[in-house]
Amino acid sequence: MKKIVIVGGGTGGTILANNLARRLAPELKASEVRITLLSASDKHMYQPGLLYVAFGRMSSQDLYQDQASLLAPSIVFHVDPVKTFDMDNNRVVTESGVSHDYDYLVICTGSRSNPESVPGLAEYANHVYTVEAAEQTFKSLQQFEGGRIVIVTGVPHKCPMVPLELTFMMHDYFRDRGILDKVEFYYTYPIGRLHSLENVGKWAQGEFDQMGINYETLFNVKEIDGQKRQVHSEEGSIVDYDLLISVPPHNGMPVILENALGAGGWIPTNPATLQMEGREKVFVLGDTTNIPISKAGSTAHYEAEALGENLAALIRQGSMVRIYDGKVFCFIEAGKDRATYASFDYKNPPQPQPPTQMIHWFKLAYNKLYWNSVRGLL
Amino acid sequence: MGTPKQVDARNSFCPGPLMELIAAMKMAEVGDELEILSSDKGSANDIPEWINKVGHALLESYEEAGIYHIRVRKTK
Ligand SMILES: Cc1cc2nc3c(=O)[nH]c(=O)nc-3n(C[C@H](O)[C@H](O)[C@H](O)COP(=O)(O)OP(=O)(O)OC[C@H]3O[C@@H](n4cnc5c(N)ncnc54)[C@H](O)[C@@H]3O)c2cc1C
Repeated sequence: MKKIVIVGGGTGGTILANNLARRLAPELKASEVRITLLSASDKHMYQPGLLYVAFGRMSSQDLYQDQASLLAPSIVFHVDPVKTFDMDNNRVVTESGVSHDYDYLVICTGSRSNPESVPGLAEYANHVYTVEAAEQTFKSLQQFEGGRIVIVTGVPHKCPMVPLELTFMMHDYFRDRGILDKVEFYYTYPIGRLHSLENVGKWAQGEFDQMGINYETLFNVKEIDGQKRQVHSEEGSIVDYDLLISVPPHNGMPVILENALGAGGWIPTNPATLQMEGREKVFVLGDTTNIPISKAGSTAHYEAEALGENLAALIRQGSMVRIYDGKVFCFIEAGKDRATYASFDYKNPPQPQPPTQMIHWFKLAYNKLYWNSVRGLL
Repeated sequence: MGTPKQVDARNSFCPGPLMELIAAMKMAEVGDELEILSSDKGSANDIPEWINKVGHALLESYEEAGIYHIRVRKTK
């Protein structure tokens, strides 16, 4: 029997497991293949929903579904996180001490925000990367009566659109509250434009100029002086704030660091085959890779589809049949009721269109359709 | 000091070469040398501009067969 072990039941792991269950249905039925998914939680969180929690437009309870309910019945699922990767012996060992050997291993344990890595950020800045933080951000926005809001972005971070989306959504939130004239926005960004995607940066600059949003580029947050309410940048700027909104820097999961699989918790991964460097039978998906690509659910989704096809082909004919072309598709909320999107791959940059209400509705629909998407029904 | 650590940011639109370099510099030790590879022409200007603004040492910057190579030493 061929054994595929998938570590991590988030966006990438769930899509891959269901994709394989569909492709390898006859082999699963004949007990020639087993797919085991090991994860750290019995709940699956729709993480993009956290952005809406921060504006009171979704409640935290709306973000979760039972992980088991999302999986094809032929998938063996255990809530038992992996502690040790013993790749020389083709096995992983879980926290409860169970050893799982494999023919193919897929690692997709995601990433986590790490505000603690910047002095003062965890204490003084709001963010939206955990349920508690998103709920707290909503409280801070509700209590804010005017002043200067500074937006800072750490590197690397998950979901490249969040810095812009937060800014646009705050703009509309305070407009609706009737106090926009009392709020000054000061958007900062690590590189020399407003977004890593050049065309998105150009588009955002036009919008910001029209909305009167101020900005400073080449700004990497170094520390926060909470007493003086000031942000210091690596580049030497000091900026005053009344409310600080952050996109914290991220790292891979502790288990990746503890097993020395990659600096920062990012596993060296071949961008085309998704194989871990130096390991033929180990693949990596989603946020956990070190591929210079957006850490986004859509990246994990497209990677999982390519890998599903390849793993099925490896099982059936012993070779891979396609490469991952770097496809990513991200919606961009441009306020409370307008959105656009960026679609790109390794070779082709995006050409964002002017935002429309229709695209915003697509995004709202996707917030619900996500569950069908991870089930493999879309 | 051995061969500089290479950061391969070819074909990266998002996060892109400079963001990749910033992330790698955070993980590096003072004194480490890094070489970033980029297929994006804009980076040939952006990356040295950032290195100079922060105050790291720009060691070398050249283009070879459409790929930009920029070498930097972390100074602080
Ligand atoms: C506020 C916010 C907004 C976002 N907006 C968007 C958006 O608009 N569009 C978009 O495409 N993406 C968006 N994202 C990003 C997207 O959610 C992630 O990039 C995506 O979930 C990554 O998928 P993944 O499978 O790599 O990791 P995850 O989905 O994070 O899953 C990781 C899984 O690994 C498990 N795990 C962890 N440790 C272990 C272990 N030791 N053993 C076993 N399992 C383990 C976890 O329990 C989890 O199930 C957003 C994220 C946030 C936070």
